Amino acid sequence: MFGFKRKNLSALALVGALACSASLMMQSALAADLKIGLSADVSSLDPHYLNIAPNVAFSAHIFDALLNVDANGKLVPGLATSWRAVDATTWEFKLRRGVKFHDGSDFTADDVIFSLDRPAKLTNSPGPFTAYTKQIVAKKIVDPYTVRLTTTAPYGPLTLDMSAVFIVSKKAADKAGTDDFNSGKALIGTGPYKFISFKRGDRIEVARNDQYWGGKSDWDKVTFRIITNSAPRLAALLSGDVDAIEGVPTADLSRLKNNAKFSFAQKISWRTIFWELDQAAGPARYVTDKAGKPLPKNPLADVRVRQAISKAINRQALVERTMEGLAVPASNIVSPGIFGYNDALKVEAYDPEGAKNLLAQAGYPNGFAMTIHGPNDRYINDEQVVQTVAQFLNRIGIQTKVETLPLSVYFAKARAGEFSMSLLGWGTLAGDFGLRTLVGTPNAESGWGSWNWGKYSNPAVDKLIAASLSSVDQNKREVFAKDAAAVALRDYAVVPLHHQYATWALRKGLKYTARTDEFTFAHQFHPE
Amino acid sequence: MLDFILRRLAQSILVLAVMSLLVFISVYAIGNPIDMLLSPDADQLERARTIAAFGLDKPLWQQYFIFIQQASSGDLGRSFSFGTPALGLILERLPATLELAICAIVIAIALGIPLGLWAGLRPNSWSGKSIMAVSILGFSLPTFWVGLMLIMVFAVQLGWLPSGGRGETTLLFGVPVSFLTLDGLQHLLLPAFNLALFNIALVIRLTRAGAQEALLQDYVKFARAKGLRNGRIIGVHVLKNILIPIVTVIALQFGSIIAFAIVTESVFAWPGMGKLIIDSIRVLDRPVIVAYLMLIVVLFIFINLVVDVVYSMLDPRVRLSDARGG
Repeated sequence: MFGFKRKNLSALALVGALACSASLMMQSALAADLKIGLSADVSSLDPHYLNIAPNVAFSAHIFDALLNVDANGKLVPGLATSWRAVDATTWEFKLRRGVKFHDGSDFTADDVIFSLDRPAKLTNSPGPFTAYTKQIVAKKIVDPYTVRLTTTAPYGPLTLDMSAVFIVSKKAADKAGTDDFNSGKALIGTGPYKFISFKRGDRIEVARNDQYWGGKSDWDKVTFRIITNSAPRLAALLSGDVDAIEGVPTADLSRLKNNAKFSFAQKISWRTIFWELDQAAGPARYVTDKAGKPLPKNPLADVRVRQAISKAINRQALVERTMEGLAVPASNIVSPGIFGYNDALKVEAYDPEGAKNLLAQAGYPNGFAMTIHGPNDRYINDEQVVQTVAQFLNRIGIQTKVETLPLSVYFAKARAGEFSMSLLGWGTLAGDFGLRTLVGTPNAESGWGSWNWGKYSNPAVDKLIAASLSSVDQNKREVFAKDAAAVALRDYAVVPLHHQYATWALRKGLKYTARTDEFTFAHQFHPE
Repeated sequence: MLDFILRRLAQSILVLAVMSLLVFISVYAIGNPIDMLLSPDADQLERARTIAAFGLDKPLWQQYFIFIQQASSGDLGRSFSFGTPALGLILERLPATLELAICAIVIAIALGIPLGLWAGLRPNSWSGKSIMAVSILGFSLPTFWVGLMLIMVFAVQLGWLPSGGRGETTLLFGVPVSFLTLDGLQHLLLPAFNLALFNIALVIRLTRAGAQEALLQDYVKFARAKGLRNGRIIGVHVLKNILIPIVTVIALQFGSIIAFAIVTESVFAWPGMGKLIIDSIRVLDRPVIVAYLMLIVVLFIFINLVVDVVYSMLDPRVRLSDARGG
């Protein structure tokens, strides 16, 4: 219900906006103040309490990690100036000298060790950061500006993990709980902004940190306004209440582009949208013959059927029409430019005749019937994407029904393995990370395949992923990651659909370095 | 009267218990909150450990039993996603919603009763007719659409008022309120009016119908025959007699406004309880959902109690007893 309303809201908002744009008043903001409309609520200011995107995005204003991530998803020096693998299981990080916390105290190796220990100590976290720290079995301070971390087994992605854990001040956070962070008492970092105030669900204010090591921000003061509904967020931009917004509603985008008072920043997001297909040999719950009778075995377990499904989808039409140009067709499960993206994989060509032939070869010349599932409040136009794909499948003789669900219900059912063909979006900064979770053989002990809903399993893929994860030499690691992706996608372990665009709208006179990880960072807004 | 109030309270505890059980079962049936909050990078062991840390691996009856134990000592649990006590979280948002609801009701009464009386006294004049015509719009236009139009006209086009959010707040008896500052009032005006619109129309219609009916009654004719001023007849005799249905409806509407101001709050990005509950339902933040609904039940019980007491003051024939219900 809400999804439906929201869409109408934004359409109406636009009609109104265009009608009044002639007399639109732009209250130009004070020279060095920036107001940003955020699309999701920041639930806690404790940088180690809950690992969800809105919280992480805010924490990056107050704190730094050892490594930072640039706009293209590449790792760049943060509080560590350099790093190297001393041996297969030991990494050494050289820390930046002369960095001061907001309270004037010095940043040293003690703060790093404290911050890496902290996620495991927060036992009340429903979304802990321990996924990034549990590989480390020993932490050693060589000198105040050198830290050595030891892992149980050779582990290549440690540097990526270190970009996800924010470094807090040991002095300020030692005895602090999550409430002390929310009040600002313990919210002492080294980041580009200092904390001013937090009104939960309404706004957060920060001020420039003049001592910032990474170059001063252009803004004296930044206000983040939480406006979760997209039409009012757009209205706030139109009325000049905010200078920029994230998550611009798609329905309004093309027409808003004609308005000279605003500009846009866009980038292909790290989020890939793809289909998970149930690959168990036994009967699949949502696949039947056309009369509705269960089939003796699961057609999706046959690679030819999965390939037929992939060939049946006209991705170009999908991104142009259904996604209104806000996506590009995908051939990988990571976005272009992300570590492990395999250029050799090409977008599957639209070939309905070839798809029909494959179905016939697999023993289904007349097709079968299937219900496909997707969320209706998660990805850009997700419900319409599922409907579009159902139409494509109908054309090759797979009689397809659509069922979409709110995310809270959808994920629970999907993780229980209930669906036969279901939509999932995934953002990651490393191919091997994503592959391990999405197509690795599910195994509770190794921790692999926790989102492998279709239960795809191929020992060759597992071996390549393991080789990639254990390569500390990043060049070798990337070769393994690319190979693993190639083998898994040749098996149609999943069927990639498209990569979403992330979009920001700004008032004229501002520019933003659009980020592939979709984060909105105030320090990357600049006056034109 | 004390006896009456005490019995009401005892009933309400039963209602609370039933309601919390229903919410518990329904959230349990929807899914697992940890699936919504846990980082996708976490593996199965970590998921199991986190679920166990929150006691979500226990059978439902055990979880409920633990909740009842803690609730009886006043602890409704901590929000999963915010990490702070659920009740505190809601009480933190309560003033914003309460302020909005009170403003909306005040606007509804201040505009609705005079306009309704006017329309009731002059049903055939063009002014009376146009009041009724406009009130139909108040009923039929959807709140979110009117809200957006208000924003478009007053914030985007004219630039007189801000498009949303809560303005500057000051402390009044320790409660943050925004109606004491100019900035706060500016932010309050549009959402309060938006929320009031439906109720203005409602009050207009009730007042008009009541007034027309009352004007035909013998006591009004008698008062006129006695030579009372028109103003006194309407202001005292008519108004007092038509107030009972209006008080009932306003009180119930007040409860609904507080509980369900969700649409207005999201259109105007107003940081009230409605926004909180929507976000909490989305991530299955059970402690917040339970605490919120319990608070709403208490609120409705309290409002109904107040209504009954007000009845007995307005109409001496009304006696407080449970037979009337509420």
